[in-house]
Amino acid sequence: MAKSKEKLVPVEGGVIPERDAGTPPVLEARHLGIDFGGLTAVDDFNFIIGRTEIGGLIGPNGAGKTTIFNLLTNVYQPTRGKILVGGVDTRGKKTYEVNRMGIARTFQNIRLFKALPVLDNVLIGMQGQMQYRLAGAVLRLPSYWKQEKAAREKALELLSIFGMESLAYTPAGSLPYGAQRRLEIVRALATGPKVLLLDEPAAGMNPSETAELMENIRKIRDTFQIAVVLIEHDMNLVMGICEGIAVLNYGQIIAKGTPEEIRNNPQVIEAYLGRKGGAAGC
Amino acid sequence: MAFFSTLFSQIINGLQSGSIYALVALGYSMVYGIIMLLNFAHGDIIMVGAYVVWLSMTSFGLHPFVSILLAVVVSTLLGVVIEKVAYAPLRSSPRLSLLITAIGISFLLENGFQLIFGAGAKVVPTLISGPTFKIGGANISTPALVTLGVTVVIMIALTLLVQKTRLGRAMRAVSEDMGAAQLMGVNINTTISFTFALGSALAAVASALYLSSYAQASPTMGSMLGLKAFVAAVLGGIGSLPGAMLGGFVIGLAEALVSAAGLSVWKDGVVFAILIVVLLVRPSGLLGKPMKEKV
Repeated sequence: MAKSKEKLVPVEGGVIPERDAGTPPVLEARHLGIDFGGLTAVDDFNFIIGRTEIGGLIGPNGAGKTTIFNLLTNVYQPTRGKILVGGVDTRGKKTYEVNRMGIARTFQNIRLFKALPVLDNVLIGMQGQMQYRLAGAVLRLPSYWKQEKAAREKALELLSIFGMESLAYTPAGSLPYGAQRRLEIVRALATGPKVLLLDEPAAGMNPSETAELMENIRKIRDTFQIAVVLIEHDMNLVMGICEGIAVLNYGQIIAKGTPEEIRNNPQVIEAYLGRKGGAAGC
Repeated sequence: MAFFSTLFSQIINGLQSGSIYALVALGYSMVYGIIMLLNFAHGDIIMVGAYVVWLSMTSFGLHPFVSILLAVVVSTLLGVVIEKVAYAPLRSSPRLSLLITAIGISFLLENGFQLIFGAGAKVVPTLISGPTFKIGGANISTPALVTLGVTVVIMIALTLLVQKTRLGRAMRAVSEDMGAAQLMGVNINTTISFTFALGSALAAVASALYLSSYAQASPTMGSMLGLKAFVAAVLGGIGSLPGAMLGGFVIGLAEALVSAAGLSVWKDGVVFAILIVVLLVRPSGLLGKPMKEKV
């Protein structure tokens, strides 16, 4: 383990790692809820993420984890409650505006722009930061070239985090599965997020790939000084890197705390990990 | 020898009308690629462009070049406004509603112009004049050369725009996965407006090139031209820009060669026969990707 576990300290609205206590939390959900017709998919979801925290969201299938990511990224509008990004309410914002406020995500079922080269996938993520006008592009103004060149360099640099620079001109759809998952993370990082939401980043990975992913998530957090929230079923990954974990069942939080607390919470063991001595033990 | 010179001049004719079809087909293909709409009002943008040229030259005595520029500006704005007013509110509706709306807009434009300017054709003054060149026994007019030249330049510029610029990348991203593009910070409203603007501007240029050889504007001129360009887009593979370019030239050449064979009454029939054959044999078109049903 690269680092000793950080203590969680209480702030208004929840707990965050001690080192982030001096800065305002980057992401907060307050009494968040959404109904689909008569079905309540998520209810009274409260959640707070420190500036450089790695948080985890776990729970059985259908518990509402991805629905929460969809709420946080404004794919769905909440029926109740609100979301604050850096203290700013996201209600009434457009989806792309919420991304530009600092929320970026990956998808459980990979959603890359498959026909486009790897590099273009990353450059699309950088749209919001490139300010040149169309006239500049058409007239081939120096400002266009400068920005475009800088963007390309930055994109290649981001790809190098996962050692993918050499694949820059390969169509994203022809990458192997693991590389596609990594590219999704790079593309999300390219949007310059404050919080990176990873939806089952280790799905379909073998143990050594998962271990590498774990290192990379930490590296991303340390390099970019951002928060990461992940949905994951791989308990080694979750318990290994998450500082705060929320457990969801039937759309409601049933437990919150450090990995140790979650591991020893009888309710969690009952609802999620199976009964003591069961096959699903961790 | 006479046979070859006739053939050669018909090929030039075919490339000329093919250029116009290709420019219009690009608009169909771009819009389809991005919002899956067969924009049947696209052909009528050509007609509006032609009337702007006619009006500004005959009523305001503007220079042909200025008139063409004005037509491009008006058509571009019209394309963007149509999308904002008629299509944007239906973005989450079934695609059939969108299609019917497009047909409605087409009727509105055609009948509106008929109401304002009358059903008769308007004669547009000469836009492009110049000598006729004789190459290998065939006559090549200046408008034909200009049409080909302008089309090639536009195609190169468009390809660069789509491949190398921020907005071009956004267009490709939105056409692949609108939801994911939004989540990566792409403003889809801007991207869709830009696509309509680009398509409509190309239609206006096509309109000017058309007028340079067939100096007439009428309220229904856009429907047949638009329909053939649509066939060109489907032939090339709708959604594919190189496909639209290729499709346009193939349709233009097919028409010219049918005329060269002395069967010019059959020329429209041949175009639609091509459509039927393509739909039967290769529904995704020459350069289109095999289509999978979107889930």
